[in-house]
Amino acid sequence: MLALDIFAQLVAVDTAPKIMLVLALLVSIFGIGVVVSSRRDRAATSQVTSHETSQQDLSVRDRISKTRSSFAGAISVALTRSSITQQTWDELEEALLRADVGVATTARVLAPLHELVKSKKITQPKDLAIALQNEMTAQLSQNSRELNFDASLGAPNIWLVVGVNGAGKTTTIGKLSAQQRALGRSVLLAAGDTFRAAAGEQLETWALRSGAEIVRGAEGGDPSSVIFDGVARATAQKIDLVLADTAGRLQNNTNLMEELAKVRRVADKGSGKVTEVLLVIDATTGQNGLTQAKQFSQSTQVTGVVLTKLDGSAKGGIVFAIETELAIPVKLVGLGETINDLVAFNAAEFVSELFN
Amino acid sequence: MFETLSDRLGGVLKNLRNRGRLTQQDVTEVLAEVRTALLEADVNVTVVRDVVERIRSQAVGATSSTALNPGQQIIKIVNDELVSMLGGETLKIMYASQPPTVVLMAGLQGSGKTTSAAKLASWFKSQGRQPMLVGADLQRPAAVEQLRVLGAQLNIPVFSAPGDPVSTARLGLAEAKSLGRDVLIVDTAGRLAIDEEMMQQVKDISKAVKPNYTFLVVDAMTGQDAVTVAQAFDSTLSIDGVVLTKLDGDARGGAALSVKHVLGKPIAFAATGEKLDAFEQFHPDRMASRILGMGDMLTLIEQAEKVFEKDKAEEAAAKMLEGEFTLADFLDQLQQLKKMGSLQGIIGMMPGVPKEMKNAQIPDDQVRRTEAIIFSMTAQERANPELINGSRRTRISKGSGTTVADVNRLVKQFTEMKKMMKQMGGKSARGGKSGKSAKGPKGSAIPDELAAALSSRLGPR
Repeated sequence: MLALDIFAQLVAVDTAPKIMLVLALLVSIFGIGVVVSSRRDRAATSQVTSHETSQQDLSVRDRISKTRSSFAGAISVALTRSSITQQTWDELEEALLRADVGVATTARVLAPLHELVKSKKITQPKDLAIALQNEMTAQLSQNSRELNFDASLGAPNIWLVVGVNGAGKTTTIGKLSAQQRALGRSVLLAAGDTFRAAAGEQLETWALRSGAEIVRGAEGGDPSSVIFDGVARATAQKIDLVLADTAGRLQNNTNLMEELAKVRRVADKGSGKVTEVLLVIDATTGQNGLTQAKQFSQSTQVTGVVLTKLDGSAKGGIVFAIETELAIPVKLVGLGETINDLVAFNAAEFVSELFN
Repeated sequence: MFETLSDRLGGVLKNLRNRGRLTQQDVTEVLAEVRTALLEADVNVTVVRDVVERIRSQAVGATSSTALNPGQQIIKIVNDELVSMLGGETLKIMYASQPPTVVLMAGLQGSGKTTSAAKLASWFKSQGRQPMLVGADLQRPAAVEQLRVLGAQLNIPVFSAPGDPVSTARLGLAEAKSLGRDVLIVDTAGRLAIDEEMMQQVKDISKAVKPNYTFLVVDAMTGQDAVTVAQAFDSTLSIDGVVLTKLDGDARGGAALSVKHVLGKPIAFAATGEKLDAFEQFHPDRMASRILGMGDMLTLIEQAEKVFEKDKAEEAAAKMLEGEFTLADFLDQLQQLKKMGSLQGIIGMMPGVPKEMKNAQIPDDQVRRTEAIIFSMTAQERANPELINGSRRTRISKGSGTTVADVNRLVKQFTEMKKMMKQMGGKSARGGKSGKSAKGPKGSAIPDELAAALSSRLGPR
């Protein structure tokens, strides 16, 4: 443990490249760590544009808010009172926290409203809630939420789909494929998840369902080459769009993130062009979602977020932080398991749902 | 990314360092920081309220004992409280007198049920049992196929039949009986807690196989919704324990605390990696410090134990503290360290490392260059860098493809480091257990955290 003291000293010492010291410390910590632990009694070892989609779905809101009664009551009570009290603020804060918006982001969106209340520009709880929602909607990314498809490319557009394990990448690709086919585009699925058992089979089922081509590689093979092959075949067959699946990976796994960066580079090397990199985020994800967005953007230049499983009881508030801090727009929302359950993101609706 | 609890508390406690006793007012400020830390770790709002109240009663009047200052005490109180909330009864598997012992896996989509089912089967196998897997997820394309592949890797039989999941599960049970398998693990489709139809289905599966254990699989990255999900599954299925997955990520994992608190059922297993053996029994103490952002030193140490040769590491540590560490030792340790993954990642997992250090980029090519320089030295030079004169320097720089200035810098830094290590070695000789707190503002955050973390982990057991 004393090795950690040195860290403190290191910050004080102002030698320009401290790398040697850092390395030495790491080394020493492990030495000491091993000693400590050996002494320790070890107890247990043991795309579709927005217009197109919103038409096919009558009310996203109806489907989202199936069973969101549990907390809806509390906030509406606070908002019907006649004056703004500390309790009003607490309840607004709590609603946002419960929606996974996060402590820092919640404080940031509430701060300007305190001013408005202080100067008596807002006096009614109801108006406060409306002002807050408007403010939040205005803060969302101004970037386009349309999926980028360049028809003039003369080569396949490539959409790369990335995300952590279990976020819903393969299912999203299946739905996207069906929707793009419905728009009259030819689609090829590249099974870049060569790691997870039977991921290829899963994608193949979606290819069949949606009438898309598929290119698969060997299990455990190099994902870059599978996607490269997919693009080559799409070019030869004049296919418009390649949807590239990738294996789920946790963003702190440096090696896997480097592998993904390589996938991104190689995908651009062939005749096609990567026009969209979609990060799939599960709506149940908490504060880690922001870290995911940062890291995946760093390695693959994410152009849009797909928020999946929003038909559950989770509200996906972390994407508010992603939008406002990283300016990555949410482009699509997943609302169920059938092909039509992937719809365009509606900012105002999303914000208002955070409070319900 | 997020501040650790001691970073947060640092600001509040600075003003009262010398007063020794925490007043009502101090405690309120401190608890506000504790609340933020827990919320940032995704602990549910309601659960946070309970935790904070439990801590309040203990924190008022916390005095400065000889060993710990108020800051250390608060962290220790919080840490101990979380450990006790996360721990409690551990799940002991009681095998059914009439085999097979049936285990049902349930959870949301993408939480990791299929992988966990296979990992759990492998765990039972390691306990000398003869498990069998049933693939009753007929919803997700190729889910059964995935289970078959995993089963084949583990040499564990997998049963599934097309049709409806309830009868598949029932047939699986009959199959297990006829094959004489003594543990049956039933994988089910992922489902939303609010999907009544699907919840009824899993209830029917449960009725059909009458599980001895029903495990809820929860993703460590889950946010506030964990509570709702846990309650819904528990009221439908009566959960016996939780399997916490994706703990190899960098999420703080507050969901673990939420679920434990709400269900009152043990967190039985933790899945910690992509490999099928990355599955272990749950450690509440590690989870507590992880939620508080105190790194995961024990996991680091365990990883280190896997790659480091213990004798060598001990020897190197001893040498270092005595100031006899050479460049050869350094190179040797560096190479072992590299087996553990990226240096950035390792630093990230360490408790109490200042933010400046965490954000400092350590490019891999710089590490390679450092290695190259040492590789270009003779054994004598590595043991005694003072030998390195002008001509040797030129030779080394040519040999390693670097500049003379690079070589100089490395030698200079190494000498400085040695000096510093030796100083530390001297300090530890007289310092003793935790009498190393008061050392000016810059150093103060670290001892707090470690003192608390270490005293609760390595303390009397």
